[in-house]
Parts: sequence; structure tokens; C-alpha cells
Amino acid sequence: MIDFLRNRPEDVIAWTWAHIWLSVLPVVIGLAIALPIGWLAARFRWTYPPLTNLAGLLYTIPSLALFVLMPAFIGTKILSPVNVVVALTIYTVALLVRVVADGLNAVPADVRAAATAIGYTGFQRFLRVELPIAVPVITAGLRVAAVSNVSLVSVAALIGVAQLGSLFTEGFQRDVMGVVLLGILLCLALALVLDATILLISRWLTPWRRAVAAR
Amino acid sequence: MIKFESVTKRYPDGTVAVDGLSLTAPSGQITVLVGPSGCGKTTSLRMINRMIEPTEGRIWLDDQDTAKVDAATLRRGIGYVIQHAGLFPHRTIADNIATVPLLIGWDRKKARARSLELMERVGLPASFAGRYPAQLSGGQQQRVGVARALAADPPVMLMDEPFSAVDPVVRADLQDEFLRLQGELGKTIVFVTHDIDEAVKLGDQVAVLKVGGTLGQLAPPAELLTNPVDDFVAGFVGRDRGYRALGFEPAPAVDVREEATVRLGADATGVRGAATDGWVLAVDDARHPIGWVRAAAVTDGQVVSPELLHRGGTTAPAGGTLRQVLDAALSSPSGRGVLVDDDGAVLGTVTATEVVSRIEHRLGERREATT
Repeated sequence: MIDFLRNRPEDVIAWTWAHIWLSVLPVVIGLAIALPIGWLAARFRWTYPPLTNLAGLLYTIPSLALFVLMPAFIGTKILSPVNVVVALTIYTVALLVRVVADGLNAVPADVRAAATAIGYTGFQRFLRVELPIAVPVITAGLRVAAVSNVSLVSVAALIGVAQLGSLFTEGFQRDVMGVVLLGILLCLALALVLDATILLISRWLTPWRRAVAAR
Repeated sequence: MIKFESVTKRYPDGTVAVDGLSLTAPSGQITVLVGPSGCGKTTSLRMINRMIEPTEGRIWLDDQDTAKVDAATLRRGIGYVIQHAGLFPHRTIADNIATVPLLIGWDRKKARARSLELMERVGLPASFAGRYPAQLSGGQQQRVGVARALAADPPVMLMDEPFSAVDPVVRADLQDEFLRLQGELGKTIVFVTHDIDEAVKLGDQVAVLKVGGTLGQLAPPAELLTNPVDDFVAGFVGRDRGYRALGFEPAPAVDVREEATVRLGADATGVRGAATDGWVLAVDDARHPIGWVRAAAVTDGQVVSPELLHRGGTTAPAGGTLRQVLDAALSSPSGRGVLVDDDGAVLGTVTATEVVSRIEHRLGERREATT
């Protein structure tokens, strides 16, 4: 494990960076897509069951299959990292649609009524009242999505997209368990850092929740 | 002025929430909509700012047909207070209050100054400005709710059971302050409640609505109590109507009897000298009544101490109502009701017999006037 770090530090650093953006980018894009869909599911009740069930269904597609099939759908090269980003975005959307919808639905009815009565238009109400109040719920979903992406990204090593998962394939091929262990440790550390980052952003966005706790 | 013109709300499933309602809420006055659940009072209120659209009929705001105004614009000109205040949990108290001013384009500084001004007006300390709603009690939150509704100084206020989620003592405080505030501001207010006592206390006029959304009676509170139009209204207005109606009768200039008083520390001789029918009134240094003392309880060598005070009696302000004066007399252990001046100092006493004869005299005059 130490030998590998000493011999090929530039590989480990490059793979770590690749792993980070392959995990984070889908979370950002996925959130941007899940917000309007989740809003739709919350705003028009009848769309909630079909939208959330469809999202849930997407999540059941095996990741390796999705990575392999992606070029056929979007015309990318088989080795392109875009395949991974798109596939993981789909998983993130699948996770977040229900979370966003439930978060928006959990805004107290009297708060929503007050916002309407005060003269917010529907969109202003969403942006200024419902979304900020749903932040804790949504960021909880984001943490799950980010952490699960870190683990899913490593699967992409099997289709030749280099990142920390490459430590698993290489360690396995050369039968050096120390390299596999290094991969596990780095993935774990990365997942923890991403999780903590989202948690901090969530706290920064919701000072009002700590004020409640301080009472 | 808000005017309902045969307004009906019928839902797609056929339920009729409001049925041909016509009434006018005059400018600068409080009109209370009261009735049992299912009488359509909240629906009626929400049709004014078009949170619910009427199926038939029109609602006028002064000379403007509300259906012809953009809903969001209409709402920004109407203050709205709801039961649990409905404050935005993610915004500070000052920001909650500044919501409408910012929405209609005031600059931050002006909106902030307005928030602080209103906090003072509704009796909240300025130190609350940076707090969040969850850090306030229910009563305090409701004050913020009222301040938020007043922020852009709308001529019209809609209030949907604003005081019903707080405990009775806080509720009475909020009601009193609301009336004081309305005395200063003179808004056109439509107020919804299920509590007839609240309706009668706050309303310049009260509209009793029946289940199914029809108007039972629209009248000033005193008339509602003395002259309900039908069994439903009479039943809803409830028991003790005769007694409660006295709450709207200003007390006549009752001839008060001078009452000798003692202070804490007075000895047995002093008490015996001041007592009438075995009781004497104790007062503090500012002549505020603090309780009645039974003369026989103060034996030789003893002095009047706080343990000897009977505190059961209420007091009535000289400019109060017949109900307050009668209650003071009925609740007094000595049988003599204490009247106080504006500063709370003792003016003198009256007996229940004297008050009742006053009431009979007045009712007698009224009977003669109507026959």
C-alpha cells in the first residue's frame, strides 16, 4: 500500500481528482433536474405517485449495465467519462425526486397559506419560502446521493474510466491486497469529506434550525 | 368598505360552503364573522383576498371588484393574520415583519426601520428582531403575525381566528391590545372566530353565520344579545345573555358611598372605628384597594396584616359598564362593590341592590320608549 503511494503518487492524485468530480458533478446536475420534477410532484398531487415510482424504478437498474448501455443511448464513446456522469445523474435524480417532493410537502400548511395571503406568486413562494424550509430534508437526501455516488463511481473502473476504482482492478489483477485496501480507505475518506461538506453547507443555509435547538 | 353581493361558494362535489351571502363590512370598523364549524366563515374570509374564488356573486373592496384585480397585487394590499401566525420559520422576526414592504419594493433600510417600529407597537422588545419564530411563545408569535400584517399599512385586515391557539390569559391580553391598536389605526377589519364571547368583545358588528353558509343575523353585539332574530342565533349566542348584555351598558353615575379605609398595620381600635357591618376595606399608600378585612378577625393587640385580607372582590372603574359594577358588588365579601378612578384609587362603594335598581330603572325607561 505504502509502496504504491510512493511509486505512483501522480496516479493516485489524478484518480482521486477524477473520483471527486465524477461523484460531485452528477449530484449538482441531478439536484438541478430533481428540483423542478420534485416541485411538480408536490404541487400537483396526482403526479406524485407516477413521478416518484418512476424515479424509484430508475434506481433499480444495475450500475454496470447502465455504464455499458449509455453509449448506445447518447452516442458517446464507450470509454468516455460522460457515460459515468450521465448514469450517476440518473441515480441522483432517482434518489432526489421523492426527497424534494417530500421536503416541499412538509412545509406547514399555515406557513404556505400565509405566504400566499401575503401576496407571493407561486414561483416566489417556492423560491423564498418553500425551498428554504425544505433545505434540511433536501440536503439529507444529497448526502445519501453523494456518498452512494462515491461507491458507484468505482464500478466504472470495470469499463476503463480511471479513478480510485482503478486501485481495486489493479490490486485485484496483481493480487496485491494492500492496493485494494488503499482504494477502500481513499473512497471512505472521500465519502466522509463530501458528506461533511454538504452538512456544513446545509448548516450555513439554515441558521434558524440551530436557533431552535439553542432555546 | 368590503361588500359581499350574494356570494356563493359551491365546490365541484356539490358542497355549498357559502350560500348567497350579502353583507357589508364598513370602513374603519371591526366586522366579526362568527358561527359553528361548517358555517363558511373562513371560506368567506378567504374569498375576500381570493385565496378561494367565489362561484357566484361579487366581492367589492371599496369601488373595486376584487375579481378584476390581479390576485397577488390584491393580497399585498390586504393584511392577513392566521391562527398559528404562520410565520416563516427560516426568517428572523424583523425579516418576517418586513416581508410585504420588501415585496412591494421598499429598500432594506426603510423596511428594517418599519419592522422595529411595528415590534414596539405590538409590544415586542427590540431584542427580538434577530430571533427566529421558534424561539418565541405562541402569544409572541401571534404579535409578530399582527405586525407582519400591518407592515405595509394596508387599509384592510383579514384575521382568521388569530387568538384561538393561545391560552385564555394571553388571549385576553392580545384582544385588549388589539382593540387599543385598532383605536389608533382604524383599519377595516374582518375577523373570523368560533367564539361568541370574542365576537361580542371585539366586534363593532357581528355576523352570525349558520351551517351551510347563510347569514343568521348581522347586528352590533348589544343588539345580538338583547334581540336575537331566531332560535339558532339565540342558541348560539348562548346563556347569560341578559347578564352579558350589561357589558355594553355604560354604568350610570352611581351614587357611591364614601368608604372608610384602613392601611396595613392598623390596630384593632382603628379597624373597629372604620368598619361598617363588620367589614373594612384595606388600601395601600396610593389608595388602591388590596382587600377586605373582617373587623372581628382583628383582636386587641393585633394589627391588619396581609394574611387577614379577603381578596375575592373585583373592582369596577367609575367609567366602566354595568356588568363590571354589578360584578364588583356581587363578588365583594362585604356586599359592597368597590369603584375606582382612572388611577385605580378607591372612589367609594355600591351595593348589588343599588346597581340592580339602576338596571331595572333603565330597562323600564327603555320599555316605555318602545311601547
